[in-house]
Amino acid sequence: MSAAPPKRTWRKPPAIANPVLRYGLLGLTFGYLYWAVASLPFDWNRIVQGFPRAVRIFGNAIPPEFARSQLMITGFTESIQMAIIATLIGVALSVPVAVMAARTISPTPVYLLGRAIIILARSFHPVIVAIIFVKAVGFGALAGILTLIVYSLGFVGKLLAEAIEEVDYGQIEAIRASGAGYFKVLVYAVFPQILPRQVGLSIYQLDSNLRASAVVGVVGAGGIGGTLMNAFRRFDYDFALAILMVLIAIILVSEGISGRIRRGLT
Amino acid sequence: MTLGERERAEPYRWQRFTLAERLGRFLIYLVSAAIVFWALRTLDVFWPWVWSAPTEIADLFGRMTPPDLRRGDEILRAMLETIHIATLATFLSLFIALPTAYIAAQNTTPNGVTLWIGRFILVATRSVNTIIWALLFVAIFGPGVMAGILAIAFRSIGFTAKLMAEAIEEIDRKPVEAVVAAGGDKGKIVLYGIVPQVLPTFLAVTILRWDINIRESTVLGLVGAGGIGMILQGAIDTFQWQTAATILIAILIVVILGEVVSSALRKRVI
Amino acid sequence: MLRITDLTKRYGTGELVLKGLTLEIGGAGLTAIIGSSGAGKSTLLRCINRLVEPTSGSIVVDGVDVTGLRGRRLRHARRSIGMIFQGFNLIDRLSVMENVLSGRLGYVGFAQALTRRYPQADIDRAFTLLERVGLQDFVNTRADTLSGGQRQRVGVVRALMQDPKILLADEPTASLDPKTSQQIMSLTRELSEELSLPVLVNIHNVHQAKEFADRVVGLRYGTIIFDGAGSDLDDAALDRIYEGTAGRGDEHGDETVGADARGGTVASP
Repeated sequence: MSAAPPKRTWRKPPAIANPVLRYGLLGLTFGYLYWAVASLPFDWNRIVQGFPRAVRIFGNAIPPEFARSQLMITGFTESIQMAIIATLIGVALSVPVAVMAARTISPTPVYLLGRAIIILARSFHPVIVAIIFVKAVGFGALAGILTLIVYSLGFVGKLLAEAIEEVDYGQIEAIRASGAGYFKVLVYAVFPQILPRQVGLSIYQLDSNLRASAVVGVVGAGGIGGTLMNAFRRFDYDFALAILMVLIAIILVSEGISGRIRRGLT
Repeated sequence: MTLGERERAEPYRWQRFTLAERLGRFLIYLVSAAIVFWALRTLDVFWPWVWSAPTEIADLFGRMTPPDLRRGDEILRAMLETIHIATLATFLSLFIALPTAYIAAQNTTPNGVTLWIGRFILVATRSVNTIIWALLFVAIFGPGVMAGILAIAFRSIGFTAKLMAEAIEEIDRKPVEAVVAAGGDKGKIVLYGIVPQVLPTFLAVTILRWDINIRESTVLGLVGAGGIGMILQGAIDTFQWQTAATILIAILIVVILGEVVSSALRKRVI
Repeated sequence: MLRITDLTKRYGTGELVLKGLTLEIGGAGLTAIIGSSGAGKSTLLRCINRLVEPTSGSIVVDGVDVTGLRGRRLRHARRSIGMIFQGFNLIDRLSVMENVLSGRLGYVGFAQALTRRYPQADIDRAFTLLERVGLQDFVNTRADTLSGGQRQRVGVVRALMQDPKILLADEPTASLDPKTSQQIMSLTRELSEELSLPVLVNIHNVHQAKEFADRVVGLRYGTIIFDGAGSDLDDAALDRIYEGTAGRGDEHGDETVGADARGGTVASP
């Protein structure tokens, strides 16, 4: 071995080598956090009162009250129906939109239109879409269904468009070489390749719609969400807890079923 | 003899599916149709409204144009508030999500009881939607941003912690083995065997959740939990549809910007 | 330095992988353990630092029986047993220096480990060893950007950082190409002499075993059936060690065994 080396030190090199940038970013982060907290209108008096209120609310909520089960069954049935109908229509509509929004098989103007529809449908939270539909078509399940259709269209449309963009192009060429036109190419070369994905997505979307259908009711678009909202408004916390427990149970069951079916598909 | 001239007693038959396959498919279609029929028949829908819906929606869009920009300042402030809520909530949720992920991952959890607690937190926070959490926190802390931040944070815990726990469970065991062989205890196994492997995933998940949270925090105001939703609700309730249109456009811009920033950041950390 | 008495190991309810092994390793020199796949070589090595829990028997390292140890005392015992792995087992996303210093994890506190502020003596030792293996220019390089041979040299340095009383090497060359494999073996051999450190190497390549080892131990079905100098390892002994074992799978998957292993080809998984 070599002679005793001179004393050397080692420190882990910082993740950002430039010290100005490093401390600048750090300062910026803390500056932002301070600004965000300082600029938000916290009502500290009211927040402090919250702790005894929380105790009272949870005290009222336990034990949960299942006596009004008829109301609950009606609400959940409506949610499930909304989810099923919206999934059916939404998934059906998402196919043409996805074809439009697939860069590989659509001309640019059509592609841009397809993308715009998907971005528009995805960017708004279902509750915002719901509140607009409630104003346009009135309270009830119809507004909820329309909301969930938009929601399905955005999600399934986006993933399906990506699936179409990733299809094996050789198959398209083969069908095209046999003299097939645009729609025959779609039916013979594109759809068979995306079908498994499409079925999986549809089942996933049914599950998602079921979850979403529970919240659009909060703004009056039908389903169990309305029942839950009313329970909160009337301070029936025991009934609200009962609804929440059933809701979680239903979500878990539907997630389990949907997961199992989708695993079986692939 | 060429291909076309071959003679046969019977013509060729070809069918895409066998009889059993066709029956199976038919059954699936039948059950699906029955479910849809049931859903349509018993659903409480006033059908004339359905037929007039396109007109109504078109009419609404007509009333929204042109967007009214006069309350731009107020909208901008509310939009900033919305982003603040999303960011602070994401930040806050990490403090609970990290330990939750630690106890919810099978290979790091101290014992069966903690694993069960971890799994319970995952399910409970993830299954309750943001808007429902907001209802609860508005009831407790009164209307305002505090309820909004807590609602977003609670919903985030389950999502982030679940993905983080999965990342912990999928680590490569080899570095862990090396730290054990060197005489490292649990804390050092975590520091050297686990953290370096899961850190990129943790960052990516946090950024992804921040992006989702921006979208989620736009609706908090509809139940009184702060952010842009408050003035959207106000505009809609007072039939100021042109202002509502401006707010919707503002939301659209912020959400798309959030997505762009988030995907750029995620590409950098992985 | 190491005394193993009546060691047995059974995985679950399966058959015995180690059948009452007794083995003593002296103060220095390189001992090679050979045997076909499934003979229990890896299990034997991993029992010594308790990465694998022995079923019965005793293992005394430097005067300490490690079989009954738990918690802190087990970790302290592990510090004096360095280990080199077949798959290198480096922390990919950390730098070479952090990987090397991770050999000191049994000695430093949590805060030091977290902040990477290791004692100056550790850092000096790390630099000396990195220079010794020719990696002084890669101190702050990420481990996953190194070549296989470089990675294994980091593995060797990390094990030596522990200041071990004995070094275990579990198929240290099985993931390397023949040339690099030869380099790693001679490096291990040289370091063993320089530091007068006893080294126990599981090895698949009989040629290398004969070339580098002072002593060769032949294992078959969990029993020692050969123990002697590399020069005594004749064809008759090899036949006894490898006979009729071809095709048995073991914990490393299907490696080339039997005649091929005797022929000295590098078995790669």
